[in-house]
Amino acid sequence: MSAVIAVEDLAVRFSTDHGEVEAVDGASFDVRPGEILGLVGESGSGKSVTAMALLQLIRKPGRIVRGEIVFDGRDLCRLSEEELASIRGAKIAMVFQTPRTALNPLITVGEQVARLYALHGGLSSAVSRRRAVDMLRLVGIPEPERRSRQYPHQFSGGMCQRVMIAMALASAPRLLIADEPTTGLDVSTAARILDLLRDLGRDTGASILLITHDLGVVAATCQRVAVMHAGQMVEIAPVRALFARPAHPYTRALVRSIPRADREVTMEPIPGAVPSLLEPPPGCRYVGRCPWVEDRCRREKPSLSEHAADHLVACFAVEDRRAAV
Amino acid sequence: MADIARPPTSSSASLPASLRLIGLRLRRNWPSATALAIIVLMILAAVFAAWIAPYDADATSAEAALQAPSLHHWLGTDVYGRDLLSRIIFAARVDLAVAFGATALALAIGATIGAISGLHLGWVDLIIMRCVDSVMAFPAFILAMAITAALGNTVTNVLLAIAVTQVPIYLRLVRGEILRIREMEYADAARVVGNPPWRIVFVHLLPNCLPPIIVQATLAMGYALLTMAALSFIGLGIRPPQSEWGSMTAEGAQYIVTGEWWLFLFPGFAIVLMVLSFNLVGDGLRDFLDPRMRGVR
Amino acid sequence: MPLCEVQDLQVRFPLRGLQAWLRTLKDGAPPVVRAVDGVSFAIEAGTTLGLVGESGCGKSTVARSLVRLVEPAAGSIRLDGTELTTLDDDAFARVRPSLQMVFQDPTASLNPRLSVRRAVEEPLKLHTDLAATERRARTDAVLEEVGLGADLAERYPHELSGGQRQRVNIARALATNPRLVVLDEPTSALDVSLRARVILLLEELRSRHGLSYLFISHDLATVRYLTSRVAVMYLGVIVEEAWTAELFAHPAHPYTRALLAAVPVPDPDAKRDPFVLSGEIPSPIDIPAGCRLRARCPLARPVCAEPVPVREIAPGHRVACHLV
Repeated sequence: MSAVIAVEDLAVRFSTDHGEVEAVDGASFDVRPGEILGLVGESGSGKSVTAMALLQLIRKPGRIVRGEIVFDGRDLCRLSEEELASIRGAKIAMVFQTPRTALNPLITVGEQVARLYALHGGLSSAVSRRRAVDMLRLVGIPEPERRSRQYPHQFSGGMCQRVMIAMALASAPRLLIADEPTTGLDVSTAARILDLLRDLGRDTGASILLITHDLGVVAATCQRVAVMHAGQMVEIAPVRALFARPAHPYTRALVRSIPRADREVTMEPIPGAVPSLLEPPPGCRYVGRCPWVEDRCRREKPSLSEHAADHLVACFAVEDRRAAV
Repeated sequence: MADIARPPTSSSASLPASLRLIGLRLRRNWPSATALAIIVLMILAAVFAAWIAPYDADATSAEAALQAPSLHHWLGTDVYGRDLLSRIIFAARVDLAVAFGATALALAIGATIGAISGLHLGWVDLIIMRCVDSVMAFPAFILAMAITAALGNTVTNVLLAIAVTQVPIYLRLVRGEILRIREMEYADAARVVGNPPWRIVFVHLLPNCLPPIIVQATLAMGYALLTMAALSFIGLGIRPPQSEWGSMTAEGAQYIVTGEWWLFLFPGFAIVLMVLSFNLVGDGLRDFLDPRMRGVR
Repeated sequence: MPLCEVQDLQVRFPLRGLQAWLRTLKDGAPPVVRAVDGVSFAIEAGTTLGLVGESGCGKSTVARSLVRLVEPAAGSIRLDGTELTTLDDDAFARVRPSLQMVFQDPTASLNPRLSVRRAVEEPLKLHTDLAATERRARTDAVLEEVGLGADLAERYPHELSGGQRQRVNIARALATNPRLVVLDEPTSALDVSLRARVILLLEELRSRHGLSYLFISHDLATVRYLTSRVAVMYLGVIVEEAWTAELFAHPAHPYTRALLAAVPVPDPDAKRDPFVLSGEIPSPIDIPAGCRLRARCPLARPVCAEPVPVREIAPGHRVACHLV
C-alpha cells in the first residue's frame, strides 16, 4: 500500500534575533490512502509548521533545511512555484481553524464554492453552481439551494467550517489537511464537523491529516496518530494501540494528563515545560521532562523504530526495555 | 507561527545580549537609524548654535554679499552678506522649537479630549466628534493660513495654528485606541480588582495607547515643519529678519533666475532632510513598537 | 446558608442599529436580547458550582453580572447575606476584595505594561492599608502559592508562558483573600499539559483556603473534575442542575444528554450515545415560547410549547423539561 504523501526527515528552521529556532527536527511520517492520520502535540510542538511545510507555505524567516516530502512520486521541496500551484488547493487542500476569515464576505457562499469547480474542473458556471449546491448538501448544509445564495456573515461558525470543507473538497483532493478544524467551535458543532470529516474520508476516498491538540478528537476520528513533541516526532501508532499501550514517555504522560467527561480519573500533569526550541541541544528534546532519561538521550537523537506491528517509537529507553524482555 | 518561533522566556537575556539585539535592530532598519542620527545632530546643532555656527547669523557685510559656496562660506552668503550655513543652523532653533511645541500642544489637547470622548460615549462623544469633523472639513493648510492671517504672524500664533490643525489627528487616534483597549479583558480585570475609574484610565488605558501616538507624533513633526515652512514661504508665517527655513527658501527663490541657486537650494534641502528624517523615524518606530513584530524579528 | 445566592437574575441588552429601529416601529417596543432570563442558583461555602453551556447561552453574562461588569435588569445576588444588586459603587468596591474573577484569556487579561509584581500588588494597594514591605511580602507569598518563583515577579506578561500568565491572573484574584472566585473558562486557552496543572492548582487552592468557585466552562471533562455541582444553561436559562456525579451518570434533560454525547472521549472504543440535536442555538432575540429547546429536540411533543415546570427528580437534581 503506497502512501499518499510520505515525509522523510523534514526539518524547518526560523531565524530570529535570538538565534535559530528549530521548529521541526527530522519529522518522518506518511499518510495512507483513505485514512485519517491525527497529528497531535501541544503548541510549539511543530505540528502546524509541519502542515505548512507539506504545502510548501513556510515563509521567511522560516525555511525547510532538509528532508523530502514525496507526493505523487515527486518531492514537493524541489518543485517550482508553478508546479506547486497546480497541487495546492487541487490535489492537497487545507481547512483552517478560522473559517470566517478565510471566506470572502462580499461573495455568496455558493458562488465561492462554484468558482472552485469552474477553476479546477473547467466546468461552465451553471454546472459548477449545481455542483456547488450538491457539495453544500454533502457537507450537511440544510436547504443548500437557499443557503448557497447567502453571504458568509449569515452563516454560523460551524456552518462556515462546513463551507470551508466543501471548498476544500471541490477539487477532489487526494489529501485534505485540517488544522484544528474544531477548535473554537461548540462541542456539539465540533462533534458534527468531526462526523462529517470521518464520513467524507470514507465517501470520497480522500486521506485526511487532522492536526489537533485534543486527544478526544483523535480517538473519535483518526485511524492512526502521530505524536509530536518540541519539533520531534516521538510516536506513530494505530489509534487503539496508542491509547491502550502508549510507549513513548511523553505520549504516556499526555494520555494521563487529560480530564475525562465519561468517567472519574486522576489527572497527572506532564512534568516540566515544553523546552525552548532556540538552538536546542542534540538528542531527544524530552530529556528535561522524562522519567527514564539516560546519558545517551542527551547526546544522540533517537529515531523512530518499530516497537510493535505498525507502531513506531523514538525512544532509547523503550528500545532497551524491549530488548530486555 | 510567531508563537512557535519565540523562545518562551527571553527576559533573562543579559545586558550585552539586549544591547546586541538593539544593535541588530538598528542595523536592520538602517534608514530609520540614519534618520534618527540626523535629527539628533540637527537638534544638537540648534541647541549649541552659538558655538557651532561659523559666523554671526545676523552680521551683514556688504563686500561678502551673494558669494557662492566656498571654503570661507561653505554654503555661500545672501544679499546682505550673511553666512547661509550659520543662518540655517540658527533657523533650526525656531523651526524645531515650533514643530516640537505645536506637536506637544496638539498632543496634549487631542489626547485629553480624545480620552474623554472615548470614555463617555453618548452625547458628549457625539458633540466632540462633530466639532472635530467641522475642523477637519477645512483643508489643514487653509485653516492654518486663516488662523495666522487673523491673529497675526508671530511665532506663538504660527505654533498655535499648526497645533489646531493637528489636534483632530490625535483626538481621533486616542479615542479609537481607548475604544479598542477598554474592550480588552485587562480593562475588565482592572475593574473587578476594584480600580476607581480615574486609575483605570491613567494606569491601565492611556499607557497602552502610547505606541501609535508616539509614531503619529513623530510623523506629525515632519508635517508641522512643512506647514510652517509653507506658511513662511507665502508670507503668513514667521517673518524676517528672524531666520527660518521657509522664509529663507522664499527669499532664495527670487535669486534663482540670477544664478544664486544656493540661497534657495540649501534651506530647501534642510526642510526636505528634516521632513524625510521624521517620516523615516516614524516608520521605524511603527515597526519597533508593533507588538506583532516582537515575535519573529 | 449558602455563601452566594442568585435569584431570578435577568440581564438584557438593548439592540441598536437600523434593524432594531425597524422592529421598534413594528412591535412598538425596542427589541432586547434576553441574555440571562431568570437564573437562580446557590453556591455553598467551600464548594465549586460549574455553569456549563455552549457559546451564547449566557453563562459568561452571569459571571460578569456577579462582579458587576454588566448591570442586571432584575433579580438578586447575595454574597454572605449581603444583597449586592442594590449597593452603590462605593459600597460595592468594599465587597470586591471578597469577590474576584479570573478571565478566559490569560494574555488579554493582563495589562502588558504592568510587571507581575505590580499586577498582583494592585488589589492590595487598592483595598488594604498594608505598608509597602508588607504588601511586598504578601505578593511574594501569593506568587509562591500559585507556583511562580520570586524571580518571575519583575517580569512583564510578554515574557511569560501562557500557563504562567494564567497563574498571575489567579494570584491577582487571590491577593485579597476572596471568599468567592468567578472562573470564566480559565483553562480553555491553555495547552493540554498546562491545563491539567492549572486545574490541579485551582483545586488545591480551594481546599487549602476554603474558597468557593463559580466555574464557567464549556469543557465538560474539566467540569467533571473540578465541581461538586453543575448547572447547565441553554439560551439564558438553567435547564438542569444536579450534583456532578449524578448529572454525568444520569443526565435527564435532552440538552444535557446531547452535550455529553458530543464530548470527544480519549478512548477509541468508547461507546457513543448517538443522541443529537438538530439545527443550531437560535438567536436570543426570538426566544420560542414554552421549552426553548423544542425546535431542536428529537423528543419534542406538543406539550413542550407550554411553560416549562422545574421538577426535582432526585434530591438536589432539578430539571426543566416536560418529559421527565
